[in-house]
Amino acid sequence: MAVRTGEPLIASIRRRGFSLPRVQEGAMRLLSFVFALISILTTVGIVVVLATGAGRFFQSVSPREFFFSTDWSPAYDPPHFGIVPLVCGTLLVAVGSSIVALPLGILTGVYLSEYAPPRLRGLLKPALELLAGIPSVVYGYVALFLVTPTLKAIIHSIDTYNALSAAIVVGVMVLPLVASLCEDAIASVPNSLREAAYGLGSTKREVTLKVVIPAALSGISASFILALSRAIGETMAVSLAAGLTPNVTLNPLQTVQTMTAAIVNLASGDLSSGGPSYEAIFAVAATLFVITFLMNVVANRLVRRFRTVYS
Amino acid sequence: MTSSFSAKRRRKDRQFAGLCLAAVMTCLTILVVLLIKLALDGYRHLTWHFITSPLTVRASTTGILTPLLGSLAVMAVTAAVAIPVGVGAAVWLEEFNTRRTRLSSFIQLNISNLAGVPSIVYGILGLAIFVRWMALGLSILSGGLTMSILILPMVIIVSQEALRSVPSSYREGSLALGATRWQTISRQVLPAATPGILTGVILSISRALGETAPLIVVGAAGYVTFLPTKVWDRYGVLPLQIFNWSRNPNPAMTANAASAILFLMILLLALNSVAIWLRARARQRRA
Repeated sequence: MAVRTGEPLIASIRRRGFSLPRVQEGAMRLLSFVFALISILTTVGIVVVLATGAGRFFQSVSPREFFFSTDWSPAYDPPHFGIVPLVCGTLLVAVGSSIVALPLGILTGVYLSEYAPPRLRGLLKPALELLAGIPSVVYGYVALFLVTPTLKAIIHSIDTYNALSAAIVVGVMVLPLVASLCEDAIASVPNSLREAAYGLGSTKREVTLKVVIPAALSGISASFILALSRAIGETMAVSLAAGLTPNVTLNPLQTVQTMTAAIVNLASGDLSSGGPSYEAIFAVAATLFVITFLMNVVANRLVRRFRTVYS
Repeated sequence: MTSSFSAKRRRKDRQFAGLCLAAVMTCLTILVVLLIKLALDGYRHLTWHFITSPLTVRASTTGILTPLLGSLAVMAVTAAVAIPVGVGAAVWLEEFNTRRTRLSSFIQLNISNLAGVPSIVYGILGLAIFVRWMALGLSILSGGLTMSILILPMVIIVSQEALRSVPSSYREGSLALGATRWQTISRQVLPAATPGILTGVILSISRALGETAPLIVVGAAGYVTFLPTKVWDRYGVLPLQIFNWSRNPNPAMTANAASAILFLMILLLALNSVAIWLRARARQRRA
């Protein structure tokens, strides 16, 4: 396999003779190919591990109970494994974070690519990178000790652990991603389109809103999907801010538990014993993986589409 | 704007520009407020004693040395695995694999999809493969291996970018003088790409340094008081300690969380500055 490209190692040695550089060449080619294969092995590993773990879980818990029951109480006796409250909590946080991140992100992207003078842009991009580089657990701390107290001063009835504060900090976390992907998408729209629109007598706003943004739409929607997928997979900030109580609710002022927080909760318990609550980790993670994987595939496809159209 | 536009259109134009600027200003304000909050909460307890003392249960005397060394040990394993494997994979994709085959585009697609997998899923992979199947246990080794799998897609992508930015004249010159591909790669291309690779690797490691979720699943422990000495040891990590202190109802413990956060942020900032400095220096040299 390693020698798909170029001349096969054995044939090369036979033709040009056995020499140290040749052997090195073949060995390094093979080694680097094996390293490249590790990424495929990782995907295979994830799928196999999640599928077998979930398979074992479904031997003791029916898929019907897992996907449709609204009771998630793995620590009780008898335990119940209904994923509905977790999906509900995850959606609440993810959708809430999009409400924060998408409008701010797209406007920031427009400003960076269309309006910002180059020097200001050189300052703004590192600032956004800094925001993106803050660890998730730090955002969790900020949610607990800055966002929630502020919210509590405005809305007295809010729970200490609530979906709203989690949604706000996760929104801030994914904001740099949305901004930079939108900027890329907008910057890749060819100038000829802008010039044509200006030539027809449009103002800058009209050019941006009616020509540039529609032309960059596939890239912008890809950024939205990636942001949503990132928010769904977000773990530490959400575990700290939204709480650990499963709850079927669409009220952002209440405590919810997300799928990721449920995994953390199960994993911080004793895992050596095995049993359904150990295997439940795999079932929840498999659900999480399938959802985010599908979203990423769609987003990657959209990104490739705008790349092929304009290059 | 020329005056031929109607007053209404000009006004709308200004409003839209203002709206975009306001969005950017909001982002900056969030960043500044965040940093000020973290600095104000954290600076009081962030003493030399706090950094150099081991973990204890007493909020007043505890330090972060134990989880800090745990984090550094895990990162050492991560870097030792992820850098050679990631750079090697990038070398195959960019240098050896000169004809773009279907296999290489599949690997490429796979890498970009892996980069979007939630970090906690990698923790579960590590739990099943390293902790249980390979029976490495809840050790620094299995934690470090899990993290290396997590950052591998990122390391590959940044290394590919660094390799791509090396001018093809370097390769052509070397090959024309009769060097083999590997001699060209090891003596011309990799040295030229090193600053770029290093920048990307530092950024990847600093992302791993702040990551907690996968390590909770592969058994980073909340309360380890002995300093790590072997790769088989149990370990705590700094972000997990921050997580546990933040959840603690005792305000003295949450104050410790704030100080540990401030220290982590300073560490990350230092790493990032080094990365940015390396990148700037490499650009200057090439120009």
